Amino acid sequence: MADKDKQPATVGSKTESDGCLILTYSGRLDCLTTGAVWRKTSYLLHRQPKRLVVDAAEVSYCDGSGIALFFSLRLRGLRNQFPVEIRNLRPELVSLLERFQADTFDLRPPAPPPQTNIPTEVGHWAWHVWQDVFEHIAFIGELASWMLKTLIRPVGLRWNDFFLMVERTGANAIGIIALLGFLFGLILAFSGAISMQKFGVEVYVADLTAIALIRVLGPFLTAIIMAGRTGSSYAAELGTMKINNEIDALATMGLDPVRFLVLPRVLATTLVTPLLAVLANLSGLVGAAVVFLWMGFPLVTFTTHVQRVITVQILASGLVKAVVFGLLVGAVGCLRGLQTELGPSAVGISTTRAVVSGIVLIVVTEGIFSVIYYCLGI
Amino acid sequence: MVPQNLYSPSPSDTLIRVEHLTVGFDPEIVLQDISFDVQRGEVLVILGGSGCGKSTLLKNMIGLYQPMQGRILIDGDDIVTAQGLARKAILRKIGVLFQSGALFGSMSLRENVRLALEEFTNLPRDAADLIVSMKLYQVGLHGYGSKMPAELSGGMQKRAAIARAMVMDPQILFLDEPSAGLDPITAGDLDELILSLSQNLAMTFVIVTHELPSVFAVADRVIMLDKQLKKIVATGNPWELRQNTDHPLVYQFFHRNEGISHKKRRTPVNPLPL
Ligand SMILES: Nc1ncnc2c1ncn2[C@@H]1O[C@H](COP(=O)(O)OP(=O)(O)O)[C@@H](O)[C@H]1O
Ligand SMILES: [Mg+2]
Repeated sequence: MADKDKQPATVGSKTESDGCLILTYSGRLDCLTTGAVWRKTSYLLHRQPKRLVVDAAEVSYCDGSGIALFFSLRLRGLRNQFPVEIRNLRPELVSLLERFQADTFDLRPPAPPPQTNIPTEVGHWAWHVWQDVFEHIAFIGELASWMLKTLIRPVGLRWNDFFLMVERTGANAIGIIALLGFLFGLILAFSGAISMQKFGVEVYVADLTAIALIRVLGPFLTAIIMAGRTGSSYAAELGTMKINNEIDALATMGLDPVRFLVLPRVLATTLVTPLLAVLANLSGLVGAAVVFLWMGFPLVTFTTHVQRVITVQILASGLVKAVVFGLLVGAVGCLRGLQTELGPSAVGISTTRAVVSGIVLIVVTEGIFSVIYYCLGI
Repeated sequence: MVPQNLYSPSPSDTLIRVEHLTVGFDPEIVLQDISFDVQRGEVLVILGGSGCGKSTLLKNMIGLYQPMQGRILIDGDDIVTAQGLARKAILRKIGVLFQSGALFGSMSLRENVRLALEEFTNLPRDAADLIVSMKLYQVGLHGYGSKMPAELSGGMQKRAAIARAMVMDPQILFLDEPSAGLDPITAGDLDELILSLSQNLAMTFVIVTHELPSVFAVADRVIMLDKQLKKIVATGNPWELRQNTDHPLVYQFFHRNEGISHKKRRTPVNPLPL
């Protein structure tokens, strides 16, 4: 079937005195050439004939598209009540055409989408929110009970998985955390120095940066990176497993998905986040020190200032937060993964929800901690 | 001029030619130095044990994998070396059903099937709609067009994927286990569809299947692959192969349950009192 055989398909028309329309098709009717002929045919049938005769004697080749064209003429005749006769179609094409019965072929239009109005929408939304809260609570309870059991009986944890997760979420994140921590310290110290220079107190940049980093920004930055890097990957992993029925397979084997999949992951982030927060703090201080040196102070001034303002309390308050952040980010990532529904975009939706929920939880927890620390006077 | 539908395959009209093909996943060789031809309008069935490389061979033939050695000519053009437009022209001639179906999950069945028509043809909308309906009808999925793939059973997904593969009426259809997971009646309908397309449109089929009834229903020729030898151990029409007793694998394939005594029908120990 070389290209030279591809003469264009054509349709000719003739109206006889008794109102009978004769359409004569010729050439090659395949899916590339039928389009033009189809449009022409629709145009020719604009005014309804009394009778339609289709002459296919000159059709050299015809595949499913051409058959569809002839079939559409039959359907049209049936719908608009005029007889249609197809002549001179080659027998093997007739047998293709006869596979379709015009009178039983129902071209049902797709069902219209269900109507919605604002009260139903609000109701649905409220129901979803309630369900989400409920699932969170149930999940937290289940997770907590497994954590207690692990404390009592540590062999129950899948330690290999746990160490693998520690490597993936912790060791592999060292580079990005160190880099972002460094840049953060640099930017913070620099913007602080510019405004403090006006008052001649730029030496206090060291105090400002150290406190801001170690109390708030180091753990916060780490947690945000964990949400984007680890929480999303947890959701994607578990979501894919859910779609492939792997979670169901675990459950039917009598293995609890929370113990088997969630626990190692959540414990890993809980352990790793404070460690990474320390790294973020350190590299942030290095960044601040660079600005300090650039302003012409000796390094020892920086270290004495930092040592004077940073107490064990401040360091601990930051790290306690980091532990909680790690727990939340890991847990919400796993939860969103387990909540994955069916369908191809479901995993994408789950990862998005994992990151968004993770960040929201981090910020809310940060606020709660500020209040607690304020009351405790730390 | 010769109308192409009135086509009776003459022995010289080779549509696919596989020459000294070695396929595998470096460094592992799955099939070594195999050659065969497929004539225009022929239905070729590839048989072989699970894991012997049928899907791998198929994926090499459609240009998805790079063979380790050898040539694959489709209508005279080498799909291995073809690039750009030449490659597209070859791909236009073939339709593929993957073993897993591989429907686009974010589209309804109708959209899955219509995609190629929208992209490659200038058919008006109602024409494309009708063609899609007819293809779905042919695979027994009339009325399911607005469903999403995830809402269907495995066998229905497979049939929808067949409809997608043949929507442009390609010259060659590669089907990887089309009737796996189908009930005997639906599988029979599918065999009938394959026969009708091959006889009435001179479509060429390369089919991987394990269903012996399907093999006998549709195959003009069978080639049988062997996992240990990594080559074709037998070729011929199914009736010839059934008589073939030279190769134990071939014999076992066609005489699966012979020699095994049939499962005894259990008689109830305590018949229920009437
Ligand atoms: N993506 C892959 N990478 C490596 N090996 C593969 C891959 N896909 C298949 N194989 C190997 O190739 C062989 C043939 O597989 P396949 O062609 O899928 O078998 P089948 O005949 O059942 O379709 C198997 O031994 C399998 O392990
Ligand atoms: Mg396979």
